[in-house]
Amino acid sequence: MDFGAINPVVLVASLMVAAVPIMLAAIGELVVEKAGVLNLGVEGMMIMGAICGFIVAVRTGSPLAGFAGGALGGAVLSAIFAFLTQFLLANQVATGLALTLFGLGLSALMGQGYNGIKPPVTGPVPFGPLADIPVLGRILFSHDWMVYGSVLVVAAVWWVLTRTRTGLIIRAVGESHDAAHALGYKVNRIRLGCILFGGAMAGLGGAYISLVRVPQWVDGITAGAGWIALAIVVFASWKPWRVLVGAYLFGGITVLQLNLQAAGSTIPVEYLSMSPYLVTILVLVLMSSGRGRAGLNAPAALGQNFHAAR
Amino acid sequence: MSGEGSDVLLSVEGISKTYPGVKANEDVSFAIGAGRVHALLGENGAGKSTLVKMIYGLVRPDAGRMRMRGQDFAPQAPREARAAGVAMVFQHFSLFEALNVAENVALGMDDPPPMRELAARIRAVSEGYGLPLDPGRLVGDLSAGERQRVEIIRCLLQDPKLLIMDEPTSVLTPQEVQILFGTLRQLAGEGTSILYISHKLEEIRSLCDGATILRRGRVVASCTPREKTARELAEMMVGATLNAPARKAKAPGPLRLAVRGLDAASPSAFGTALKDVSFEVRQGEILGIGGVAGNGQDELMLALSGELRGRPDSVMLNGAPVGDLGPDARRRAGLVTGPEERLGHAACPDMSLTENALLTGATRKGLTRRGFVDWRAAESFAQEIIRTFDVRTPGTRTAARALSGGNLQKFVIGREILQAPDVIVVNQPTWGVDAAAAAFIRQALLDRAAAGAAVVVISQDIDELLEVADRFAALNEGRLTAPVPTEGLTLDRIGMMLGGAHGMHSADVHHTHEIVQSEAGHAGT
Repeated sequence: MDFGAINPVVLVASLMVAAVPIMLAAIGELVVEKAGVLNLGVEGMMIMGAICGFIVAVRTGSPLAGFAGGALGGAVLSAIFAFLTQFLLANQVATGLALTLFGLGLSALMGQGYNGIKPPVTGPVPFGPLADIPVLGRILFSHDWMVYGSVLVVAAVWWVLTRTRTGLIIRAVGESHDAAHALGYKVNRIRLGCILFGGAMAGLGGAYISLVRVPQWVDGITAGAGWIALAIVVFASWKPWRVLVGAYLFGGITVLQLNLQAAGSTIPVEYLSMSPYLVTILVLVLMSSGRGRAGLNAPAALGQNFHAAR
Repeated sequence: MSGEGSDVLLSVEGISKTYPGVKANEDVSFAIGAGRVHALLGENGAGKSTLVKMIYGLVRPDAGRMRMRGQDFAPQAPREARAAGVAMVFQHFSLFEALNVAENVALGMDDPPPMRELAARIRAVSEGYGLPLDPGRLVGDLSAGERQRVEIIRCLLQDPKLLIMDEPTSVLTPQEVQILFGTLRQLAGEGTSILYISHKLEEIRSLCDGATILRRGRVVASCTPREKTARELAEMMVGATLNAPARKAKAPGPLRLAVRGLDAASPSAFGTALKDVSFEVRQGEILGIGGVAGNGQDELMLALSGELRGRPDSVMLNGAPVGDLGPDARRRAGLVTGPEERLGHAACPDMSLTENALLTGATRKGLTRRGFVDWRAAESFAQEIIRTFDVRTPGTRTAARALSGGNLQKFVIGREILQAPDVIVVNQPTWGVDAAAAAFIRQALLDRAAAGAAVVVISQDIDELLEVADRFAALNEGRLTAPVPTEGLTLDRIGMMLGGAHGMHSADVHHTHEIVQSEAGHAGT
């Protein structure tokens, strides 16, 4: 293997960018799962965010409006999921899978005519002289605001979940909806809020792909990032800081394989491009084989629908 | 004892509540005086739970009204009830296993103080009422008695005027019941009124100042429980004379089931592992296994049914090792089981009675031919169960879910008994079952033992075990005591076998490694 042509500083800097979409989607899904809801439609919400964000950004010329549109797009799609599972009590796994298929199809339809267009540029945050510090400046101070924003979101989610009453209630609802209901908490309403947040975060992540990382629109642009985000939540054993670690890890693998390809590695390209997904499968198998510990941390009511009259 | 008129805290006047198909409460009226302990007595399904849910604001009545200290009282939500001074200790479903004691308490309060302050208050109040609790422990690691303390402390921190206790003693050892009663008397002495829901008559006689007896949603009597005998109370509650099951003394036959040195890890994160469990049951004999919930009953049931497998010689059936066999192979060899959870474990809720009869009956009753289901035979087996065990159902095509608890339990137990097993193991055979059905099921177990089976009854109902069992053993933290004859066994002795008062020994730390692990995990976030 040839590492000689790869610059480690650039590698680290670009893995931070590559990690943003999956980190945002994963932290949103973590909140959803903490509330006891399993939404497998992350991929669909991400790609809806990608196309909605792209369209809004192109139309308005403002990347900021684009990101807002992306978050809104993801949230709207998740609202369908919330309606089906929380009020019509549909099966969460089936609904989530359907949401992914629906999102992929709808985004392709909406994206007609947006192929080959360049979105407005999201520039790096001007840190002034800080960005000129050797190594550190390139790694830490050369990014756009979404990179810093995504880390802030993880920190905020951690703080809310562990330190605030809102977080305690979310965790309680995910742990036992019957008990939470008996204490007078509105289980479905709390879950609805969490699902919408998860959708918005996935949409934001998707918009980052189409507006910054690629940046253009092609069908199926998320390319499985939503599934990786789902895997990261399990990998993180539902702990926010580990989502950060997991996202950088997976982002790192993605960037590394791209760099290896560019460096003319002797390993066939196909193997390199499948590596992030192989690692995802591997992580899920390893995590679920150590059932005791991962199981201890999984929200006890995960994936179960709640109906008050029961 | 006529003080209830002068200083009434809560009065309920003509309350009715109808659910689709069932009148849960009809024209119910009663009153509780300040500082009084008032009992709501009734069988399962008599409407006690619905009534207290209305007082707690979880359910709204269709008609009637409530008055709190003379003011109209119509809580729209538990928060409003709590604000009016009503607190409730639930029968089950109100604690979060993966959260610690302080977090659980905070969830039950409307305006909790910061965690550190709350922890200090939990310590202070729990010591003050003789119910020691460590606020930092995970609820999943606590015993049933300690969990109930969490609920009580949660209520006491809000300084309630009325404390509702829904079947509080069903999970406690006799010693823990005495501690609880001490606390309740102390509270009543301080002026808190207590609404005490139970169907345990002796407890009500020793604790309560007044009682309202409910049957099928209606008030059938009000009385002062101390002036009545337990038998009189029971007959008011059931509305009929009860017959104690008949049993014939008889010498035990050959050894049927022998369990030797059985160890089994629990499949669930907060379960209890079985440690070196040994016992023997002979033909014609009933072994009662008592224990407070969560001391390994479920695991023992799984290990005996074959859902958890172990060493071949850890379970010997008629002298042959079956410890490594699955449920169907054990059934074929003559061991059948009736698990605790009727819906979802003993029966498939959405499948018909015929299909459910087929599920465990196929092997021993020959209901399949070369892999094809013999529906006619399955149907007639289901009909036989319904007839023999007096299951009230429109027919064999009814879904198991549609049956009442008592009827489904009769069906499930009947299904196993009619397979003419050598050994039958049942867990909580009469849990949540009305008194008539419970008596029927106990009699059926006695009859099956007399007809030549060895029977193991796992139950948390000590009275039930004393009624049917020849010998008694207790599960405590996954260990089984040596079985002793039930004849002449005192309640005190049973209490000691069950482990005395859990958590009263301060250095009593279970599952230490799990706590450490999870705390390390939390610190890592």
